Amino acid sequence: MVQLPVWTAIAPTVILALTVLLLLVVDSINPDEDSGNLLAVMAVIGTVTSIAVTGWYLLAGTGQPPTDPVLLFADAIVVDGMSLFFTALVGSVVVLIVLASYDYLADHPYQAEYYSLVMLAATGMSLMASANSLATAFVSLELASLPSFALVASLKHNRGSVEAGLKYFLIGALSSAVFAFGISLVFAAGGSLGFADVAAAAADTSLPGVLGLGILFVAGGFAYKTASVPFHFWAPDAYEGAPSPISAFLSSASKAAGFVLLFRVFVEAFPQTAVAGTIDWVLAFQVLAVVTMTVGNFAAATQENVKRMLAYSSVGHAGYVLIAVAALTTDANRSFVLGSGMAHLLVYGFMNTGAFLFIALTEYWDVGRTFEDFNGLAKQAPFACAAMTVFLFSLAGLPFGGGFLSKFYLLMASVNGGVLLLAVALVVNSALSLYYYSRVVRAMWLEEPDGTLEIQGYPTGLYAAIAVAAVMTVLLLPAFGPVAEMANAAASAIV
Amino acid sequence: MVLVEGLIGVTLVSAFAVIFAPDRYAGKLATGLSLIPLAGSLFMYANFAGSGNALLGGDLAYETTVTWFEVGGYGLNWHVGVDGISLPLLVLTTILTTLALVSSWTPIDDRESQFYGLMLLLEVALIGVFTALDFFLWFVFWEGVLIPMYFLIGVWGGPRRKYAAIKFLVYTNVASLIMFIGLFALVFGLGDSLTSLDIPAIAQGVRGGELGALAGVQPETLKLGAFLAMFAGFAVKVPVVPFHTWLPDAHVEAPTPVSVVLAGVLLKMGTYALLRFNFTMLADVARDLALPIAAIGVLSVIYGAMLALAQRDLKRVVAYSSISSMGYVVLGLVAFTPHGMGGATFQMISHGLISGLMFMAVGVIYNASHTRMVGDMSGMADRMPWTVGIFVAAAFGYMGLPLMSGFAAEVLVFIGSFQSTVIPFATVLTALAMFGIVVVAGYLLWAMQRTLFGSYSLETDYEVGRAPVHDVAPLAVLLVLVITLGVAPDLFYAMIQDAVDPLLGGGV
Repeated sequence: MVQLPVWTAIAPTVILALTVLLLLVVDSINPDEDSGNLLAVMAVIGTVTSIAVTGWYLLAGTGQPPTDPVLLFADAIVVDGMSLFFTALVGSVVVLIVLASYDYLADHPYQAEYYSLVMLAATGMSLMASANSLATAFVSLELASLPSFALVASLKHNRGSVEAGLKYFLIGALSSAVFAFGISLVFAAGGSLGFADVAAAAADTSLPGVLGLGILFVAGGFAYKTASVPFHFWAPDAYEGAPSPISAFLSSASKAAGFVLLFRVFVEAFPQTAVAGTIDWVLAFQVLAVVTMTVGNFAAATQENVKRMLAYSSVGHAGYVLIAVAALTTDANRSFVLGSGMAHLLVYGFMNTGAFLFIALTEYWDVGRTFEDFNGLAKQAPFACAAMTVFLFSLAGLPFGGGFLSKFYLLMASVNGGVLLLAVALVVNSALSLYYYSRVVRAMWLEEPDGTLEIQGYPTGLYAAIAVAAVMTVLLLPAFGPVAEMANAAASAIV
Repeated sequence: MVLVEGLIGVTLVSAFAVIFAPDRYAGKLATGLSLIPLAGSLFMYANFAGSGNALLGGDLAYETTVTWFEVGGYGLNWHVGVDGISLPLLVLTTILTTLALVSSWTPIDDRESQFYGLMLLLEVALIGVFTALDFFLWFVFWEGVLIPMYFLIGVWGGPRRKYAAIKFLVYTNVASLIMFIGLFALVFGLGDSLTSLDIPAIAQGVRGGELGALAGVQPETLKLGAFLAMFAGFAVKVPVVPFHTWLPDAHVEAPTPVSVVLAGVLLKMGTYALLRFNFTMLADVARDLALPIAAIGVLSVIYGAMLALAQRDLKRVVAYSSISSMGYVVLGLVAFTPHGMGGATFQMISHGLISGLMFMAVGVIYNASHTRMVGDMSGMADRMPWTVGIFVAAAFGYMGLPLMSGFAAEVLVFIGSFQSTVIPFATVLTALAMFGIVVVAGYLLWAMQRTLFGSYSLETDYEVGRAPVHDVAPLAVLLVLVITLGVAPDLFYAMIQDAVDPLLGGGV
């Protein structure tokens, strides 16, 4: 068998980038023609190819134990189990988004730009999963963020969309600055940017205060990207105003990418043993996790707008995932704890994307945005509503989907780390969340429609995306074992 | 053997087949398909070869163990099987579901295929609850009961159905989480000696004194905390006073067939779990707390009966009297005598049949008269002789007429609790509980006299005639079962005794 050159390890990301270029080329050949079909198909094919290659690498063991991680470009990029896991996650979400956008954007101008921006952001996200130095981290973060700003504002004649884009951009710019500033302080303290070098230099730095401040600022940058407290307040506005497929994209894929980078930076560049004299970030994340999940859930419980409720619930879920770093105490089984966050992100990728795509479907039908507007929807669209019910109950942590098991895994992780407060906060918040998720279920199935709503057509692409997301959410219940194992194995390589 | 899997699988497939069937055939199709699990459970009963208690190393019947996956050092297994406690409840579930499906033909006339599909999904979850022996699996089914029930109450219920449905869901879900935390305190307390969430393994570990300290909490305190958390969680399900407030709402708003399953089977989930977890796994804590628990049981008996006395709505009368009857179960369980625990388990079956019968009878009268208010009708016996006849017989069963199952169950409970050496002041508490019977007899006789007898009058415009055969047939079947169990309690009581006895031998 021919041994592939080493650089091909980064092929999944490269394929995504090539798809962007190809989309632009196709559009430039005939810019005036309405070629939404072709563009969507190309984007799907490109992403599926990327996922297929990722899956092949995962199965073939590329960069995973017992072999060493594949390091490329002067150690700026790493390919290992974790990067492949998250590339596959981002790719899966992108496929769903593109399928749904095909209908959502049916009469929309600038389709080529839309699809290529989605793919460009996806490239950035998969690069974030592979970053092995703070420089790559920053560049890939920007690569993921900049297209996202434009995508949020892509409904140019919708004031909400434009406003959301502006808000997202301003806070994004601010937090990028914070992030960059943090990196510069870390560099000042240690004189290096590669994760391993930062860790090595941190242990005997003469500037522990500067390093500690740098770590704090870097954490702030991640809080923005993952929509965690205290940089979460852009999320409800941006998710609400953005086209729903983009809300799904940001709240699932973008959040996951932010988390993988967070995991890697804190575990590899700032291990507790090395930065012991500066800042106890485990404690900081414990506070952040509890506050984030509580703020997200309480805010979600008071919303009248379904999409905004989902946006706040997304903040709440960021809090759950933060358990994966907050429970990373010294006597914890570290790969187990870190794996819990990864597994939850994967399950969340499907159930949350599905929920937002259902919102996209209701926008397609002009149903309206409040809970009352959803009244009696199940009478007209029972299948879509059944899928939405699965998503919501899975998000709440009832045993109707993988969300139950991934939350259970997080619970085990918090106990494993010995942080019982996290476990209690997780359980209490999950119990609370059932209240507001079930409000949607109640509106769809129990309330009577007011009679004026007439559903126009059943868009194939959107339905297909929702069906795939629902099937995956349910399948992740019996098939959670292999996923958890894969996450565990991937995490064990970096801790 | 794969009988349990077959039962669950067939019912699950049936549920989806019914959901996609046209509304017109859904009722008949669901009833027909529900005969398969019914036949299966009866086959299991006929060929039952287990012995001993499932949690204490007894010989399980129809057992399978397959590893599902592993998380954090704990294997999650598909572990199912039945012993002499769970098999009668399994049979009760399949019988009541089929009869409830038949009794739905008349009142349910909207979105039928969804209704019958959800009823079958409910049956799947209930079968799972009574057969699962791995905690994780058991919890999946336990929570799985909530969702079909939520929709069944919320979509097909009475005027305040949405309030009742959400109250049921939130109340019982919070209870589940409290119980969940309690059990996991034990699991983590057992530490490395436990490699799976197998309920028998946890029970034997806890009883074998392998519990260690957790986060600085000593084993004894840990056990007490876990006991209280689990007791609170299950007490909501049973329900015992003062956790009962969801029950009247859910019952009154639920359509009749759903009430039948709710009272007949769902409440037994609570007492079954109490028996398995609190009174088996943590038996020594239960012995220490015998007085307060018995007091709660007696309080439920008396207070439930008093509440029933104050109702005008026949369905509320039956609903509150359920609280009273479940109080006997709690009293019997905590007695820790062979007849107390056995009688309590037998009372679960007996009350399942009798309360199902009562709810169905009220439902049949309501189908015809469109009212359940005691003051609004009288003399129904003139128009619906068969229904009323069975209703009266059921009421006597409730009061504990000899040769009916209620008598056998209550006598056993009283003998058991009277003899109890665990409960302080056992004789006084038993005497107080017996007083509940008098109140029950009082309110049932009063209500029947007002509504069923006397000269016929009805304050609505409906023309009341005889109920259709398929409405009365389930009543007749249930009455036959009640009398059969009253005459020959050993049909179930023998295997119950066999499963309960190891609990009283002390130690594993």
